[in-house]
Amino acid sequence: MLGKLTWAAIPFDQPIVMGASGVVGLAIAAILGFVTVKGWWPYLWREWITSVDHKRIGVMYFLLGLVMLVRGFSDAIMMRTQLALAAGGAQGYLPPEHYDQIFSAHGTIMIFFVAMPFVIGLMNFVVPLQLGVRDVAFPVLNNVSFWLTAAGVLLVNLSLFVGEFARTGWLAYPPLSELAYSPGVGVDYYLWSLQISGLGTLLSGINLTTTILKLRAPGMGYMRMPVFCWTALASNLLVVAAFPVMTATFAMLLLDRYCGFHFFTNDAGGNPMMYINLIWIWGHPEVYILILPAFGMFSEVVATFSGKPLFGYRSMVMATMVICMLSFVVWLHHFFTMGAGANVNGFFGIMTMIIAVPTGVKVFNWLFTLYGGRIRFSVPIHWTLGFMVTFVIGGMTGVLMAIPPADFVLHNSLFLIAHFHNTAIGGVVFGAMAGYTYWFPKAFGFKLDERLGKAVFWCWFIGFYLAFMPLYALGLMGATRRMQHYSDPHWQPLMLVAFSGAILILLGIGLTVVQLVVSIRTRERRRDLTGDPWNGRTLEWSMPSPPPAWNFALLPPVETTDAYWAIKQQGHDSAQLTAGPYVPVHVPRSNPTGFFLSFLAVVLGFALIWHIWWMAIAGLFGSLAVGLVQAWRTDAETVISAEEVAAFYGKQAPEEIAA
Amino acid sequence: MSMVDQIVPYPKAVPLSMRGPAPTRVVVGYGFWLFLLSDIIVFAALFAVYAVLSGETNGGPPGAALFDKRHVFIETACLLASSVTCGFTSLAVQRRDTIVAYLWMTATFVLGAAFLSLEHSEFAQMSVSGNGPSRSAFLSAFFTLVGTHGLHVTIGLAWLLIMMLQVATLGFRPMVMRRFFCFGLFWHALDIVWIGVFTIVYLGAR
Repeated sequence: MLGKLTWAAIPFDQPIVMGASGVVGLAIAAILGFVTVKGWWPYLWREWITSVDHKRIGVMYFLLGLVMLVRGFSDAIMMRTQLALAAGGAQGYLPPEHYDQIFSAHGTIMIFFVAMPFVIGLMNFVVPLQLGVRDVAFPVLNNVSFWLTAAGVLLVNLSLFVGEFARTGWLAYPPLSELAYSPGVGVDYYLWSLQISGLGTLLSGINLTTTILKLRAPGMGYMRMPVFCWTALASNLLVVAAFPVMTATFAMLLLDRYCGFHFFTNDAGGNPMMYINLIWIWGHPEVYILILPAFGMFSEVVATFSGKPLFGYRSMVMATMVICMLSFVVWLHHFFTMGAGANVNGFFGIMTMIIAVPTGVKVFNWLFTLYGGRIRFSVPIHWTLGFMVTFVIGGMTGVLMAIPPADFVLHNSLFLIAHFHNTAIGGVVFGAMAGYTYWFPKAFGFKLDERLGKAVFWCWFIGFYLAFMPLYALGLMGATRRMQHYSDPHWQPLMLVAFSGAILILLGIGLTVVQLVVSIRTRERRRDLTGDPWNGRTLEWSMPSPPPAWNFALLPPVETTDAYWAIKQQGHDSAQLTAGPYVPVHVPRSNPTGFFLSFLAVVLGFALIWHIWWMAIAGLFGSLAVGLVQAWRTDAETVISAEEVAAFYGKQAPEEIAA
Repeated sequence: MSMVDQIVPYPKAVPLSMRGPAPTRVVVGYGFWLFLLSDIIVFAALFAVYAVLSGETNGGPPGAALFDKRHVFIETACLLASSVTCGFTSLAVQRRDTIVAYLWMTATFVLGAAFLSLEHSEFAQMSVSGNGPSRSAFLSAFFTLVGTHGLHVTIGLAWLLIMMLQVATLGFRPMVMRRFFCFGLFWHALDIVWIGVFTIVYLGAR
């Protein structure tokens, strides 16, 4: 009846897991109870859960990323604590089988459920506004994408309490991830949650690519698009090209595990190395899927806070697209040690070094934008400068490892761990934080607290160096990744330094929450009534904050890059852009399809993980039924009358009515 | 869709990229093309895997001993013919000629179903004789590549049935017309993939 699911799946004997589950359960119950008592459900259902507004969906993605950052970071600090303790004779507090789940969950969560929601959320929110249009190409699909990602998140978190998570590392290499060596449900949790959320990401990639290529304000030719839109385009093209490979690869591993196929098994002709090739054909572009939009955010921030147009716009666009293409020909540098031969390794080593060139172009462009600018040292520029220093170091250690002989020494060492955290934290996290601070006033109409924002930055910045610089040294001393214990006590001092860095980052995450709470509580005096708090250059600053559901009452005419800056230079302001005459606007209607599909996807995924076949069939046919209902919907849009549109701007700018 | 509200005719001198948001028909078609590209990448991965594993027979029979070329030829003929009838469906849909559209849709469905049943009989025969997907890495790759195509055809047939019902209930409104356009793209793309399967898997069998 319930497949493999029994009471034994609940880890009653593990106090850490039970404690964590209990706290999470209580927190969820408290939040749900609070929302119920306050009577917020109808509002949440109508305005957020079923919303197809790209701005709302963007905010929900980002919030999901923040919540999962806490989860992923808990794993991180548990690992750092373990390694600070488990030197020489001491074994620390985490047994190996638990430690293995923690580092697998940490990597999986941080990449798929923190970095991706951050980046997709910001792209969702910003891209249509910068392009000067009213929504993405497929608004309902956008909501479906978000909820599929949320379904993946739910399954991963469920594995904490019901069953176990993979012990295979974040990419689940076979043969370890095959049924013979991982007979439990951990790998199945991993695979199904990523299949479901991966589908969401693919659909979101198609959606945003179509939006950027087919929906832009009149006059916005390709070479007038803001750089963030270019980087978003590159990132989403990579999603469309790379995520199908991940889906196919995971599907093959699932067939191995569920149906006894022999793709990646040791016996019957299977080839585990093929999995490693395939997964990195997705995995390396994934790195750029995350970092390119971050580059775009830094470009926007640098130009705005220097009060200058971005230096070398065309070279920036070129560099972005070159990175986009080269990202598909470097995957083998993740496993030089596989033994593909000197020529193959040589090719991929050289390609890896070449990809550093367009990245260097970008760094110089940012430097030259800053040069001679009137820099305002606000929070977003802090993150940007911190990024430039940190990312260059991370990039250089990457080029170092691109040399195959050096990689043979450093492969799977803590040096590698330090390198990719150097780029992932210094690039993606710093970028997400810069974007969050920069666009927050656009989303909510008030600025985040500046002082606390700087404190958050310094915690992350110094914390990062304390936590990861020792790992470079430890890696060179021979410390490998994924070890739960080490016998050389001389490593312990450096491990303790790394631990102190993690504590500082914890403080930074805590202060992020404090900053959010403080800013919300004092929002009345930080309100921005202009819609343009940073003296911005692109179209999203031309509208009131938060923007109306229709974004633009009239699509703005675009004559140059930095479209809004040009409008301001001509002596106009945003009030004139929204002065009318007003026409009725069509906006897409809220739609519960995504929520229901996601619920059924969780049912389906859970049933497949635990081999509850009747439930899997129910989930599948349920999804089909929801799809059919959607296919017959004919009331996809609703019209907002011209009077209503006018009233909105009237409230925002009363003097316009008088005029 | 909201984007079309403000479209005004542009003089020829304005490049296409600067004429503002594209009409919904173009946007939907474009998005579906991107989806098809991503789908073809799934097949690309499966083809690559097949190429790597096609010699790994684990002591079992190789492709040449298993495949019946006459059988596959009839299968291929059914699928290619269904693409022709699908093309005629599109023409009838454009003319909004309900009866003719239904005739060609039925023909497409019958040919697609014939393809599927032939494929099913091939799979069943192989499995019964002990050469199922678990026999060897080669057969795992074969069943997955060909089976994924078959799964797509199955989904295509279900979609075709849904389109028949949509025409009956909703008529040829723009939304339904756009879906027909996407269906046509999907069905023809499956043909292109099949040509790859036929060439590499069946003609290339050693």
